[in-house]
Amino acid sequence: MSTNSITTQKVNFKVFRFNADEDYLPYYENYTMDITSEEVVLDVLNRIKWDHDGSFSYRRSCRHGICGACAIKVNGRSTLACKESMTTMIEYFGNEITLEPLSTKRAVKDMIIDKADFWDKHASVTPYLVADIDECPSCENLVSPHDAEELNEADLCIQCGACHYACPAVEINSDFFGPAAFVAAYRFESDVRDSDAERLINVNEERQGVWDCVKCYECAEVCPKDINPIDKITKLHQMAFKRGVAKNNVATRHAVGFLHSIKKHGMLDEGGLVLYSEGVHIVKHIPVALAMFKKGKIVLPWNMPKSDKLDEIQKLIKSSSTVKF
Amino acid sequence: MKKLKYALFTGCTAKQSTPEQMMSTMAVARKLNIEMIELTEASCCGASHLQDYDDFLSLVLNARNIAYAEKHGLTMVTICNTCQLNTAMTKHRLDNNAELKAKVNEKLAEIGLEYKGTSNVIHFLYAIIDDFGLDKIKEMVVKPLSQFNIAPFYGCHNIRPSELHDESHKQKENPYNPTSLDDLIIACGGKNVDYEEKNKCCGFHVELQAPHTAAVLTGTAIAGATDQNADMMVTPCPLCHLKLDTQTKSASEAIGREVSLPVLHMQQMVGLALGCTPAELGLKHHVTEVNFI
Repeated sequence: MSTNSITTQKVNFKVFRFNADEDYLPYYENYTMDITSEEVVLDVLNRIKWDHDGSFSYRRSCRHGICGACAIKVNGRSTLACKESMTTMIEYFGNEITLEPLSTKRAVKDMIIDKADFWDKHASVTPYLVADIDECPSCENLVSPHDAEELNEADLCIQCGACHYACPAVEINSDFFGPAAFVAAYRFESDVRDSDAERLINVNEERQGVWDCVKCYECAEVCPKDINPIDKITKLHQMAFKRGVAKNNVATRHAVGFLHSIKKHGMLDEGGLVLYSEGVHIVKHIPVALAMFKKGKIVLPWNMPKSDKLDEIQKLIKSSSTVKF
Repeated sequence: MKKLKYALFTGCTAKQSTPEQMMSTMAVARKLNIEMIELTEASCCGASHLQDYDDFLSLVLNARNIAYAEKHGLTMVTICNTCQLNTAMTKHRLDNNAELKAKVNEKLAEIGLEYKGTSNVIHFLYAIIDDFGLDKIKEMVVKPLSQFNIAPFYGCHNIRPSELHDESHKQKENPYNPTSLDDLIIACGGKNVDYEEKNKCCGFHVELQAPHTAAVLTGTAIAGATDQNADMMVTPCPLCHLKLDTQTKSASEAIGREVSLPVLHMQQMVGLALGCTPAELGLKHHVTEVNFI
């Protein structure tokens, strides 16, 4: 028997309201409720609908963190409502809580959003196994435990959209696939049975692909299934190099340029990296470079500092490098 | 109080594009009587980009850096959020995977080193908050920044992923409502400014490959601080500093609004409050003029 007693505290909720059929602009409704230490965010949504306003709309289904339907934003944080306890949210944000849909600009009715962009991007990464299947195999198509581990839990994604609508790159760049689509792409790219030749090329394209990830770790922070989408994005980067599909562009040269700098100096040669990555397009950085130079923020090539014991670093690069580009 | 002593991992920018960060770190360390042993043998951490190319190599190089801190028997202190992330992530992976640790040590043995896992890796922000103590800093303030509204800009890699972050310092930071930098501003006598973008991304890591995305993120952050009447921004990350300090023109164009605020390194703010001179803190090295001194 638990020795923890149930506690209650008063919380003020500011709730996003919008009906695309009736409202010109969204507005916020305020509700004050006594919240118990046992409630999850979905309980609050239910209480708003059942006790305050029957027209309040939201998605919910499994109530067990499996279907992904009930994801919303709590004080700006993407949250799976049926999984997240109110106690945690109050610890994070205090007693003033704002409930909003995952994307206010995609709101259809209250917490319900149009997820078409999410599903379109999901579909465009070929999120299924591509393989020539023998319809009458003589034995099972076995996958070793080691090979199965390579999926790295990517198959646990429930398509809730929490990471997608938390991603700042998705918000700014409408072409960017987003973390959930990359997790789906990784799921099948890392499957030894898959033979699709286009998927990895597709997710490495400029603007839409993995190179536009801003590396902010928001996706890892909000994922209710602890899938760590940015880890999968990093693995897709690595796959592109290892499988030889990485294009020679500013993004890939930016990654490879670090190796060249470290080999030469131990440290990163910042100016050299920009030159290596941009090539002739470096001219567009000249105004900023001049402003920095005036302030003593540019080290000229002949003054470039080097790490002590550079020979050790070079020896390790020679013996430990696993990729060629 | 026992004198604090750390192995300093400077990262690359402190030696190049943010010399003022190195100057102010050492100035603050002197004021607080903290001894810094600079890891001059250290290599670049890969800045989360080498990792995209060659994961194993980046592990080996970062493990080598930590191994040098271990040779001194000291905690490694970083002064860059991204260095902190990459080094702490390496430590986490090696400490939790004996097979990987053995593979890495096989390489390090070629140069006579071994990664043991004995040195902690913390950012200087948390070294002075947790190990030195906010109260003691407050007592040492001689020039309180009381006339300034100061907007903290935390930088992604000091607060996310929070699981990793919680391993490296004593004060549990809430990634959605971080407080360390706010507390430090208050300890320095300043008024902390709350704004939505304080824990958001500055866009630095896609500056070259996705310049529009990067510029919008930078512009939005400066605008958010400006709208809350900030006189300046302050950050523990030199990469955020570079983006916010030097890229205001493209940021302004991207968001359709002129934005520009002085952006101080966390160390510069503390140094000012402790009575360091502007010259000691390298305030002349900012592209966006620090015009209030």
